[in-house]
Amino acid sequence: MGGLDIRVPIGLMFLVKGILLAVYGLITPAETYKVSLGLNINLIWGGVLIVFSLVMLFLGRKGFKLAPED
Amino acid sequence: MNLKAIDWIIMLVYFVFVLGIGFILKRFTKTSQDFFEAGKSIPAWVAGLAFISANLGAQEVIGMAASGAKYGIATSHFYWVGAIPAMVFVGIFMMPFYYGSRARSVPEYLRLRFDEKTRALNAISFACMTIFSSGVSMYAMAKLIQTLKLFDAPFDAMGIDKGHIFFFSIVLSAIIVLGYIFLGGLTSAIYNEVLQFFLIVAGFFPLVWLGLQSLGGWEGLKETLTAQGKAQMTHTWVGMSSPSTNPLGVDAFGMVMGLGFVLSFGYWCTDFLVVQRAMAADSMTAARKTPLIAAFPKMFFPFLVILPGLIAIAVTPLALPSDGQQPSAITQSGGVGLIPPKIDAAGQVVMDTEGKPVLDYDLVIPRLLLYYFPAGMLGLGLTALLASFMSGMAGNVTAFNTVWTYDIYQAYIRKEASDAHYLWMGRMATIFGIVFSMVAAYAATRFNNIMDLLQLVFAFVNAPLFATFLLGMFWKRTTGHGAFFGLLSGTLAACLHHGLTLPKGAVVGFKGGFFGVIHTYPSEMAQAFWTAIFAWTTCFVVTILVSLFTKPHPEEDLKGLVYSLTERPHDGGLAFYQRPQFLAVVVLILVVILNLVFY
Repeated sequence: MGGLDIRVPIGLMFLVKGILLAVYGLITPAETYKVSLGLNINLIWGGVLIVFSLVMLFLGRKGFKLAPED
Repeated sequence: MNLKAIDWIIMLVYFVFVLGIGFILKRFTKTSQDFFEAGKSIPAWVAGLAFISANLGAQEVIGMAASGAKYGIATSHFYWVGAIPAMVFVGIFMMPFYYGSRARSVPEYLRLRFDEKTRALNAISFACMTIFSSGVSMYAMAKLIQTLKLFDAPFDAMGIDKGHIFFFSIVLSAIIVLGYIFLGGLTSAIYNEVLQFFLIVAGFFPLVWLGLQSLGGWEGLKETLTAQGKAQMTHTWVGMSSPSTNPLGVDAFGMVMGLGFVLSFGYWCTDFLVVQRAMAADSMTAARKTPLIAAFPKMFFPFLVILPGLIAIAVTPLALPSDGQQPSAITQSGGVGLIPPKIDAAGQVVMDTEGKPVLDYDLVIPRLLLYYFPAGMLGLGLTALLASFMSGMAGNVTAFNTVWTYDIYQAYIRKEASDAHYLWMGRMATIFGIVFSMVAAYAATRFNNIMDLLQLVFAFVNAPLFATFLLGMFWKRTTGHGAFFGLLSGTLAACLHHGLTLPKGAVVGFKGGFFGVIHTYPSEMAQAFWTAIFAWTTCFVVTILVSLFTKPHPEEDLKGLVYSLTERPHDGGLAFYQRPQFLAVVVLILVVILNLVFY
C-alpha cells in the first residue's frame, strides 16, 4: 500500500514495548532476575528493542502518512 | 499464572497497534482489489515475511516445540526438507503463472487453465478447510488461555464465573481479528503477520538464548542429552536409513518423497493461504522473490521453535525464588525436564499402555516462558504467542473471504455486480467466516472426533493437488477432464490407502484400517507420508491417461498459463544478485550446509 509504510507501526510498537521493558528493568530489584540467570533481561532486551525500533523508524521515515494524498 | 501489571500493559500495546493499523488502512481500502489483493502493492520483503508468518500460526509454534521435545532436532526436516525446496520451486517456476495470469486466486487459476468444475472442487474444499483451520486455531488459543489460567485473576477480581473464560477468549480473538480484517482486508492481515514475525523473534530469541546459557550452550545441551541417553535427538539424518533406527519411525525415501515432495510442494505451491501473500506483491520480480526471501528466516526458525523443545527436555528444573512466578506443577512427579505429565479431567496423571506417564508436550513453550522470563519479558513472550494465534486465524479468514467472493459468489451466485458490491461482500464474508470459525471452535469442544475426521478428509483432498498443478503448468496437453478426474481418483487412493493400513499400536478407526489392515507402518508419520505418495502418484497417472483421451484446450487459450506457451520473465535490468535465481541458489546452498552441520 502506497499509504502506510509498515516499518512505522513496527518501529512505534517496539519503541513503546522497549521503553516499557527497559524502565521496568530499571525499577525492579535484582532478585526479580534470579529466573533469568541473574541477568536483567528486561533492561537488556528493552534496550535491544529500542535500537531495533529506531532503525525501523529511520528506514520508514518517509512513509508516514495517515490518509491518501489525492 | 499470576501476571503483573507490566505484562498486561505490554500485551495491551500490541492490541492497540493491531486495531490502529486496521483503522489507518481503512482509509486506503477503496476497491475490491485493495481489499482482496492488497492493491497488488506489497514490497517483496513484506510479502516474504507475511508468507512465512501466515503459516506460522500458534499450532505450528506449539506443535514444533512439542515435536522438538519428542523427536529432537530431526523435527527440522519439516523445514529443511519439507519447506525450503518447495518454496524455491514456487518462486522460480510457478509464480510466473500465478502472478502473470489474470487469476486473482488459486482456484481462479484452475478455471483459466482447466475448467469450471475443477475450480469449484478446489474452491469449495479450500473454503471449508480455511474455516475449520481458523476454528481450530481459535479453539487451541482458548484452551491454552484456560490451561495457563491467564484470565483467572481478572475474572476473580471482577467476580465473574471462571467457566466463561473459554467463551470470553473466543469472542475476544474473534472481535480483534474481525476488526482489523474488516477494516483493512488483506493489507491489514499482511501487516499484522509482519508484526507477528518480529514479535515471535523478539519473544523467542531471548528465551532460547537464556535456555542455552543455562545448559552451557549448544555443546552443553548435546552433552546433557547424551548423558540422558538421548544423543540421537541432536542429529537430523543419523539413523534415517531405516524406520526402526530413528525417532520419527520413517525411512529416508518415505520422508523425502512423502514429506519433501508431495506434502510440502502440495502445501507451499498450491495453498492459496500462502500463495495469496506472494500474489499481493507489487511486481512480478517481487512476487517471485517473496517465497525466496521467506526461505531465509524459515530455515533458521528451527532454532527458535524446535530448540525450545530440546531445552525443555534437557533442563533439570531448579527451585526458584518464591515470588509468585514459580508454577507449582514444574516439580510434579512424572514429568521430564520442564514438561509436566498430562492430567485428565479427574486430576489424575494419564498413563500409557506400558504404565508410564504421558507427557503434555504442548506445554513446552508456556513452561519455558514461565521458567526463564521475569515479569515484563513474560508479557512480551505471551504477546508473541497470542499474536501467532491471531495471525493464524487472520490468514485463513482473508483466504476464505477472497475465495468465497471471487470463486463462489462472483462465479455462481452474482456474476455482474459493481466493484463496490464485491468489496461489501468481502467484508460480509469476513463476518460470517469468523462466525463459522466460532461454530467450528465449539464443535471441536463437543465432538473431538469430528475434527479428526475433517482433518483426515482434507489431507485426502490436498495430497494429490500438486500433481494437478505440475501437469497443468508444465504439460500443455493436460485437459480439464483429466485434472478433475485425476484429483478425484487421487483423493480416493488416499482414502483407500489410509483405510487399508494402520500405524503400529493404533486402534482401527480414524488412524486407519477401516477397510481391513493389509500393512502396518512403524509410525503415524510414515503412514501419512505414504498416503500422500499413493494419492499423488494416482492423480498423476490418471490425469495423464484421461488427458490423452480427451480434447485439449486450444493453445492460444493457454498463453500465460503453461510453461511452454509463456514468455520467460526477464530480469534484464537487474544486477545478478537482485535476481530470483541468485537468491534461490544461495537459499539451497545454505540449506545443504544446515543439513550437514546437524547431520
